[in-house]
Amino acid sequence: MTMTLSQSVLTILAVVAATMLTRFLPSLLFPEDKTPPAAVTYLGGVLPCAVIGLLVVYCLKDAVFAGWHGLPELIAILFIAALHRWKKNTLLSIAGGTILYMILVQKIFV
Amino acid sequence: MKRKALQAAFPYTLPICVGFLFLGLSYGFLMRSEGFSFVYPLLMSLFIFAGSMEFLTVELLLSAYDPLHAFLLALMVNARHLFYGLSMLQKYKNTGWKKFYLIFGMCDESFSINCTVTPPEGVDRGWFMFFVTLLNHIYWVTGATAGALLGYVIHFDTTGIEFVMTALFVVMFLNQWEEAKDHRPALVGLGCSLACLLLFGSGSFIVPAMALIILSFLLTRRTFVREVKRP
Repeated sequence: MTMTLSQSVLTILAVVAATMLTRFLPSLLFPEDKTPPAAVTYLGGVLPCAVIGLLVVYCLKDAVFAGWHGLPELIAILFIAALHRWKKNTLLSIAGGTILYMILVQKIFV
Repeated sequence: MKRKALQAAFPYTLPICVGFLFLGLSYGFLMRSEGFSFVYPLLMSLFIFAGSMEFLTVELLLSAYDPLHAFLLALMVNARHLFYGLSMLQKYKNTGWKKFYLIFGMCDESFSINCTVTPPEGVDRGWFMFFVTLLNHIYWVTGATAGALLGYVIHFDTTGIEFVMTALFVVMFLNQWEEAKDHRPALVGLGCSLACLLLFGSGSFIVPAMALIILSFLLTRRTFVREVKRP
């Protein structure tokens, strides 16, 4: 841990506040079934897909610039994709990919 | 009335129970392996109750202190709740005080049940949705806390365990890719983020990436608007 207790509490509170904002905003803004503007519904439809892409990149942000330039990450991701295509089991794919990655960075890409 | 609603809700939440316990366990264990007390995952799973964001918060807590960045990231990651909220406006009507908790505890999984399942006859819809939300909340908090507690007892080389977050998002990406007819939103997300990562570096790419994603969507709205598939 690098932060002081109050810093980490404030960080968590910022996350809680933003998360709650996303949950409560619709009913605060449209209490009487007012129709939300088209732009809002539109963004609500397309953003979730894009954000997942953003999160994947976010997870890899440091690996790309590290020693192996994301090679172990790439191998693990390809493995996840293959496993997921084969078994279509979300939990299995997550567990399998993580275990493979742990083996890779502990034994091979040391 | 409550008992009936609980009995009706429980079977629908069982598959989620398995998933939440597994993911919660790995989230709690990850936090413990990074040196956090079990109180962190306990409180975070209770009050944030948004899995992806909790994994990301571990990362935030380990990097430089920047609450504004944390706020913006959480806003963006959880923007989908806005859409859920909009879709549920009608269904939450007349649920009284339970409405507050239904909104507070909204997550992808509860949404998918509450939005699609019509409770059997004689079961109060408000209580049914309440128990779906509550059970899912309990599974998640239990998993997260138990995972952290396990971290005190089980010791092994956990190097690389943080990849569980990457794996989670990759699988979510794959699932969404399979379901979506239109792959452009996903590609916009990947493309804008990669471009900004290369341009701004890993420390400060996320806010420009979010801005670029929203901007691209607003500018191309005309081409999208007729085809967007809504969950």
